[in-house]
Amino acid sequence: MTRSGDTVNDLLRELAPQVVGVLTRRHGDFYAAEDAVQEAMLAAAAQWPAEGVPGSPRGWLIQVASRRMVDQVRNEQARRRREDLSARQVPADRLAAPPADEEDPAGHDDTLTLLFLCCHPSLSPASAIALTLRSVGGLSTAEIADAFLVPESTMGQRISRAKQRIRASGLPFRMPDRQDRPGRLDTVLHVLYLIFNEGYSSSAGPDLQRVELSREAIRLARALHALLPEDGEVAGLLALMLLTHARSAARTGPDGELVPLAEQDRTRWDAALVAEGVALITAALPRGPVGPYRLQAAIAAVHDEAPTADATDWPQILALYGVLESVSANPVVTLNRAVAASMVHGPAAALGILAELEADGRLAGHHRLYVVRAHLLEQAGDPAGAVENLRTAADRTASLAERHHLTLRAARLAAEAPPPPADGPPGP
Amino acid sequence: MLLMQFSRESADFAPIDSWTQEELRAHIGFMRDTNVKLAGSGELVDAQGLAMPDTAKIVRSRADGAPVVTEGPFAETKEFLAGWWIVDCEEPGRAVEIATAISAAPGPKGEPLNMPIEVRQVMSGPPSDL
Repeated sequence: MTRSGDTVNDLLRELAPQVVGVLTRRHGDFYAAEDAVQEAMLAAAAQWPAEGVPGSPRGWLIQVASRRMVDQVRNEQARRRREDLSARQVPADRLAAPPADEEDPAGHDDTLTLLFLCCHPSLSPASAIALTLRSVGGLSTAEIADAFLVPESTMGQRISRAKQRIRASGLPFRMPDRQDRPGRLDTVLHVLYLIFNEGYSSSAGPDLQRVELSREAIRLARALHALLPEDGEVAGLLALMLLTHARSAARTGPDGELVPLAEQDRTRWDAALVAEGVALITAALPRGPVGPYRLQAAIAAVHDEAPTADATDWPQILALYGVLESVSANPVVTLNRAVAASMVHGPAAALGILAELEADGRLAGHHRLYVVRAHLLEQAGDPAGAVENLRTAADRTASLAERHHLTLRAARLAAEAPPPPADGPPGP
Repeated sequence: MLLMQFSRESADFAPIDSWTQEELRAHIGFMRDTNVKLAGSGELVDAQGLAMPDTAKIVRSRADGAPVVTEGPFAETKEFLAGWWIVDCEEPGRAVEIATAISAAPGPKGEPLNMPIEVRQVMSGPPSDL
């Protein structure tokens, strides 16, 4: 029963973007199509597990959703007629539902168009994420609300506002023009990356649904990679997700505390995911000018291929961070480069990079800056300074698991550190 | 609603950043077990820990409606809310029972902290006879 429920859900999620696409092209109204498909999906999720999946599940969804849309148009028209007798704007041919099993004229998959539409640059990342998960991912509003720990009505409003914004933008339902595509694809990749991180960074908590977000992001990235197999950055993002997700089981300890990369039990990494990610990035790396996702995936691959933390190829990682910084400069990348630099050139060089970063001000007060400085000070033989930075970082992080981890590390280090000398040694 | 309200005055135990690793581990494990148990008994509605007060912002509306955002609470702040639980119980006594158990979370040397937990009823809609 549960299994058949899961199978139905998988099927629905795969069909959702196709059905939204068909109806949007047919009726020219993404806003109404998306609503109608959501209702049809809920009906299917209730009926199919008990009554069996219909012979043509896609046709069934198109038919049910079409009927809802036509009802909506009729209601809307009746309302208008009451309000204004002269307003008979809806052409009669748009009131009749086309045959339900009518195939797309072009027979193409609308998933990509839908992804571009949902990841519209005018939407806030939070809205784009919610809309993408619902329209392309086929998740229900309740499921998305659960994952983001907000009430269902709040999430419903967020999705509704996002759709209104797209409607107001007057954007037609078709692929963006060729010259607009690279910029739009960047937004799509960024949204998928954010969905993945939402699941990944909170996988420590009791909120298992959020791990599902990482899985969903991987599923969407796989779909995108299947549609654009030649795009190096799409392949890079998928590889990055796989190589990162491969470590998820080893990332938390028995009490839900965070286990840093260097201390993870590498036998618990998912070898199949590592192999798949490494193969993907190896093939994608030489494809065209290299972008940030491929570089991050390459770094993740170097970590994942090291049999032990000590055997990590740090010079390689340092070089990759250098390239990444030149491609997409950002203070967090510089921070990571500092860590790699300390592994290659020692903590003093890295502390110099940190001093520059701090002077630049963009990361001032950010807990990651204190975490990295603590790590460097510990290596440089200043445990007291490290403890102080760890405690500041613990006070500033917004992640409970990370706070636990940092407080524990500070406690361990404080216990190991030799007590400060009482009085000076008796001199001659 | 069970509020974990902290202050140096009301908490007669050493600040958390001076605890040993084992003490912290036991404390974290206790909180985790508490939540798992409350979820298991169907009493847990919500439980959240809050980021430290250093990261808080105080927002006030000016007379003209413009926001004034300040970094606060300030250094002289003596109390802060560390987190809360919202529990759905058969009767009020059970909320006191849960609060008592949480209050006794282990601290230094594994001894109970006996920290103050404020218990407040969450307001609901108007009574049906109104």
